[in-house]
Amino acid sequence: MEPIIDARGIIKRYYIGHPNELEILHGIDIKVYPGEFVAIVGASGSGKSTLMNILGVLDKPTEGTYYLDGVDVGESDDSELSAIRNQKIGFVFQTYNLISRQSALKNVELPMLYAGMKGRARFKRAKELMAMVGMEDRMYHNPDELSGGQKQRVAIARAMGNDPAMILADEPTGALDTKTGRMVMDIFHRLNEVHGKTIILITHSPELAEETQRILTLSDGLIVGEREGSGHAGI
Amino acid sequence: MLVFENIMLALSGLKANKTRSILTMLGIIIGIASVIAIMTIGTSLTQSVEHQMAEMGATNITLGIQQKRSEEEESDSGMMFNRGPWRKELTDDDYLTGEDLDDIVSHFSGEIEGVLKVNELGNSKLKNRNNTADIRVSGMNDRNLENEKLEMLAGRIFTSRDQEQKKKVILLSDRAVDDALKVSYEEALGQIVTVVRENKFYHYTLVGVYRYDDSNSMYSFSYDESTTAYIPILTSFNDAHTPERYSNLDLVCESSTNIDDLVTQIESYVNKRYYRNNKSFEASCYSMSSMVESYTSMLSSISLAISVIAGISLLVGGIGVMNIMLVSIQERTREIGTRKALGAKNSSIRMQFIVEAIVLCIVGGAIGIIIGIIAGYFATPLVDEEAEFFLPVNGIFLSVGFSVAVGVFFGYYPANKAAKMNPIDALRYE
Repeated sequence: MEPIIDARGIIKRYYIGHPNELEILHGIDIKVYPGEFVAIVGASGSGKSTLMNILGVLDKPTEGTYYLDGVDVGESDDSELSAIRNQKIGFVFQTYNLISRQSALKNVELPMLYAGMKGRARFKRAKELMAMVGMEDRMYHNPDELSGGQKQRVAIARAMGNDPAMILADEPTGALDTKTGRMVMDIFHRLNEVHGKTIILITHSPELAEETQRILTLSDGLIVGEREGSGHAGI
Repeated sequence: MLVFENIMLALSGLKANKTRSILTMLGIIIGIASVIAIMTIGTSLTQSVEHQMAEMGATNITLGIQQKRSEEEESDSGMMFNRGPWRKELTDDDYLTGEDLDDIVSHFSGEIEGVLKVNELGNSKLKNRNNTADIRVSGMNDRNLENEKLEMLAGRIFTSRDQEQKKKVILLSDRAVDDALKVSYEEALGQIVTVVRENKFYHYTLVGVYRYDDSNSMYSFSYDESTTAYIPILTSFNDAHTPERYSNLDLVCESSTNIDDLVTQIESYVNKRYYRNNKSFEASCYSMSSMVESYTSMLSSISLAISVIAGISLLVGGIGVMNIMLVSIQERTREIGTRKALGAKNSSIRMQFIVEAIVLCIVGGAIGIIIGIIAGYFATPLVDEEAEFFLPVNGIFLSVGFSVAVGVFFGYYPANKAAKMNPIDALRYE
């Protein structure tokens, strides 16, 4: 089976050529296969964010190759990278990052809007996605009228907009209390098990990581451990 | 599709920040409002003047006899105006005679279509026993009478026999008949009416009654009760005991002729032929169209000057828009980052903010247009109370275009800045 993520020898340096040149990632190899639920754990400063930016095609590695769903990201220009993010990746952020002036529904429509989907189809799919995360009765609310857990559910619905190859979730429960965090995690499990979605969860919480199928531990810019998780909530 | 979404987004943004939006748009509003106000006044004045001029005959050339420039200077000892005891009176030799006119018309036969001859005899009284009516007796030829566009209530206008045979016939207004004769118009026809002028009595046969039209009267503002009574042109010279002579008359040109050229041709022809040896007087020609031109060019130069000022205020307004766009982009850095993460291309982000700037400018422009039209509507009568209100349609389109241009020009730099933001930095922005 072709991997969705095939990253080899990823090195990321900043301030190249300057006296303060800084290497954050020292050569990382990651393969993620379709349908997997993978956690990347690491303390702050381990290079987690940098790795996530590269995996999310927000940034390019200084060295190494990265194939995402068969596309060589290193060879793509800005506009192609935008299209890759739009079609293949669904982002879920710790801070939700909903557009505050637009209704929840409009937020969910955004990736489809940028994909050029027609209004009616967009509306229909956004409504379905809202129903999937149990937010159909608050579709027309603005984000500032929603609780944290509700916002994150809208954000997950938005991430699913163009039915991406993978969902990249960066500390999705970091700003939520245990109960709502649980609910969000349950949605991820459901997306993974029922819809077969590939999910990469970036977190510093070992308990959350334990719920996934595979746990990669990042430390000082290197993958230092790889082990299996339980694959489900609770122990 | 994206454009529509962007417009809706920009409008909702406008609504969300009302105070800020209005303050930002103020420069645009003031700029556009002043342009539209000036253009409204300008168009209204120009249209009214052109309308008036056209009524008076845009294809007419006025031929007049005036004192020679050098003569004036000598006698005036450098003073600009020439009304006074030193002004020379026209003698019989100085006038243009009927034969002179025939010659001029035949010389320019292809270009001059007719002559509007008029001989004003002045204020008189129509008398019928104890009843009187104020009238102004005016001798006119057929061509000029035709120009008056009289609406006949009874009888007829003059025939060529009336004109040629110097018949003592007269046309009176309905008002004069009502005031003095006090009979129905049909009955009045054929009556011999008495006109008193400078204590002399003149008798004419009434051949027609026309409807007096207030709106056409040049005297309508001076509360003058008198109406015009028309008699044949040659009859008027007979009554005044002078030969047929003119110091001022209008030549009607064929519509195809170049009026400006003809003006100089006629002037030099008449001067060479009739006034070469005249020490005091010369002929002078001008046309309505040249007056209209000079009037409109004066107006447009005033408009231009004020438009420049308005342009400056638009520039300031545009800079205000740019400033607020830069602030807004700074504030929405995270939003921009999010949009990029969701797959917005740089061009989509750029378009979003340019559209936002354009919407800001168009809304400002629209408010400015409305204020400008209202201001122009009320200001036009202050400048010229006779001017009618005209909507400056071109100005409105121009202003909308200008607003869009200001939006694009001053929105591009901030929008481009937004488009080029690094998504990682933008996402992490607090």
